[in-house]
Amino acid sequence: MKIKTLFSGIAIAASAFSSQAQQLDITVTNLTQGIYYTPILIGAHSADTSLFKTGEMASEQLQMMAEGGDISGLSAVLSSGGADMVENPAAGLLAPTMTTSTTLDTTDGNMYLSLVAMMLPTNDGFVGLDSWMIPTEPGTYSMTINAYDAGTEANDEIINGGGAPGVAGIPVAPGADAGTGAMGVTMNEENNYIHVHRGSLGDDDLAGGKSDLDNTVHRWLNPVARITVVVN
Amino acid sequence: MKLSINNVYVASIFSFVLLSGCNDSDSKNTDMDMMEPAPEPVIYNYEITVSNLTYAQPMSPIAVILHDEGNFWTIGEPSSLALETLAESGDNASFIAESIVLSGESGTGMLLPGMSETIEISITDNQPGYLSLATMLVNTNDAFTGINAIELNNLLAGESISVTTRSYDAGTEKNSELMSTIPGPASNGAGEGFNEMRDDLDKVGMHAGVVSVDDGLSSSVLTQAHKFDNPTLRITINRLN
Repeated sequence: MKIKTLFSGIAIAASAFSSQAQQLDITVTNLTQGIYYTPILIGAHSADTSLFKTGEMASEQLQMMAEGGDISGLSAVLSSGGADMVENPAAGLLAPTMTTSTTLDTTDGNMYLSLVAMMLPTNDGFVGLDSWMIPTEPGTYSMTINAYDAGTEANDEIINGGGAPGVAGIPVAPGADAGTGAMGVTMNEENNYIHVHRGSLGDDDLAGGKSDLDNTVHRWLNPVARITVVVN
Repeated sequence: MKLSINNVYVASIFSFVLLSGCNDSDSKNTDMDMMEPAPEPVIYNYEITVSNLTYAQPMSPIAVILHDEGNFWTIGEPSSLALETLAESGDNASFIAESIVLSGESGTGMLLPGMSETIEISITDNQPGYLSLATMLVNTNDAFTGINAIELNNLLAGESISVTTRSYDAGTEKNSELMSTIPGPASNGAGEGFNEMRDDLDKVGMHAGVVSVDDGLSSSVLTQAHKFDNPTLRITINRLN
């Protein structure tokens, strides 16, 4: 009896030591049927670092990711904050309904998990998880996450290869299922704070119309991704 | 007095277990069965209340299933033929007849928007591990919603759990929204239900919602009224005993 009490006392003490290093198995599923994710960035970091905050303006590095799928800026942010990270676990695009898995060893103090990837074809839409506190208790944790708009580019829905920060337009529709010749849905981005994406409009005219997106293929409803984290 | 009867009962059950474990002849087992009263069957009884949270998407007859293993769909995998049939036509007969089903029930008919229905399901002598539920949003090409293998093991008699559900796309029929492809009332019965051709992604994913003629799909038979968002159902699972 005494031994048992002692033992559980140690277990409690260990699990309360929340900044300990951990080994995580992370699985990400693209729940949509028509949207691709550009290379995914996953980081375990301290409370002093983040990739994005809803209701705040996007950083330059987030803008690079959300408009063009370039995660190098955000990975530099993670590095300088002493974070542990996985870059591009799917080795390229994560296609609709597909799943990718990876492992992440965290170091002491990196208690929060974040994830981002651009959604294609969109102007500056991204899927994101911001600073989820990694449980100390071993187990399997599952969550779904939503689509956000970086607020840095007008959602014109014109596919013209424009992926550099500040350049209008959508880089590409990887499914090769979009149109051309659209006039554009809007030229304005009036909300410059990171917000829940209102969804794409699309249209039924692949040779013109307002949008190059196909309204039966490139729309979505939240949630758009599922993340499962196994804490070992 | 009561104590000693209980003791006798326990002792004889014990000897029965020993005997039947010995692989004795059939006749001997039959003798034992005649000597001992058969144990009371244990019935596990659940009451499932489903509410349709949409504006104008009737739900096809709800399929409710108890099972101990497996699941009924996986994101990224093709739909089973039974799921395709349910999601394209609303016919749940083969879905309820899937091999992993221990007990299956169907709702009495279409569950209309805003309406609720309570379906009872039970099983004898086998506490079920999971409950699944599926129904088609009938004013769509192949949208369905439901529960995929929720665990029941921790649900005690008298307890209940409530969940809301999201909508999925079976991936087996393109979302054309053409009158000829929508089986629900939006097409006045003119639309085809099940068609074994898989003219789409052939993978289950989350549904993107319907577009409708009012929102830019000129060939759609659907209107703004048929649009929906998540969640689409509220479900309460109440374990009676």
